[in-house]
Amino acid sequence: MSGTPHLLFLFTGALLFALGLRGVFSTAPPLRRIIALNVMSSGVFLVFIALAAAAEGGRPDPVPQAMVLTGIVVAVCANGLALALTGARRSLDGTGEEEGP
Amino acid sequence: MIGRISGPLMAAVVFVALCWAMLGLPAEPAGLGREAFGALERSGVTNPVTAVLLNYRAYDTLLELAVLVLAAVGVWSLRTMPASQFEQRCDPLLAALLRFLLPLLLVTGGYLLWIGSSAPGGAFQGGALFGGALVLMLLGGQVSRRALARTSLLRAGLWFGLLLFCGVGLTMTFGGRAFLEYPPERAGTLILLIECGATLSIGMILAALFFGGRPEAGSGKSHEGEQ
Repeated sequence: MSGTPHLLFLFTGALLFALGLRGVFSTAPPLRRIIALNVMSSGVFLVFIALAAAAEGGRPDPVPQAMVLTGIVVAVCANGLALALTGARRSLDGTGEEEGP
Repeated sequence: MIGRISGPLMAAVVFVALCWAMLGLPAEPAGLGREAFGALERSGVTNPVTAVLLNYRAYDTLLELAVLVLAAVGVWSLRTMPASQFEQRCDPLLAALLRFLLPLLLVTGGYLLWIGSSAPGGAFQGGALFGGALVLMLLGGQVSRRALARTSLLRAGLWFGLLLFCGVGLTMTFGGRAFLEYPPERAGTLILLIECGATLSIGMILAALFFGGRPEAGSGKSHEGEQ
């Protein structure tokens, strides 16, 4: 297994995760934090797929692939719920469209 | 000052720690690939990812469907569907595009569902396309208020995949097997059955999330905010 491309994917995943984490814990408007959450989960998926591709025997390991598939669908649902919560909060707050800068 | 740099600092620390952890990973992770490929003949499908999703780790997928339903229930319990979601739009360009796109989406979704047993594809991919088709129909004003007012039918659609999955799993227990343990000779049919139900429900759940709230039951009369 060639180590370099494998590590490149893993490090990129780590970078995406860290960037997303920074966004999630920022004081940005909710929409931006939801997007940051997606960046974060993309990093996790990338790491999983890189690990699946590096499996022994040269055949991609199907278990991490299935987990990523599961993860993507759950992430979509979490997005939907988060956006609905944001919308509900906005309507509770009043008419304000703007949440911040 | 500390507040300004603490965020990037935290991100940098996490990044370095993660990279350090990944350097320690074996070049060829042991994983479960060998076991997954070894039991493939008895799984009823030839696509290892589908075998993992719907046979070896069917529990995961069952719970995932439950998460999907819960998310839809959560969104629908927060508020009613914003009226703007479904002002009757009659954009002729979109309508013409939809006439071409909808059959294509449905056929491709059905193909992905069917091919999932032997190649990349399956319930989630097919369901995503069905969900996309539903969202497009809503955006194109092709979903009538009357259809959306039949909320009990919509709710049944949201739950159908999960209940079918549970039902198939429970049926196995009557034959002296464990929950969701399929007999190898009928595993392929059972997996396809579960996937059909799951595809339908996933498509509807994704569309339900897009609604942004529950459609109002009853007469299908317009609600506040209509122009």
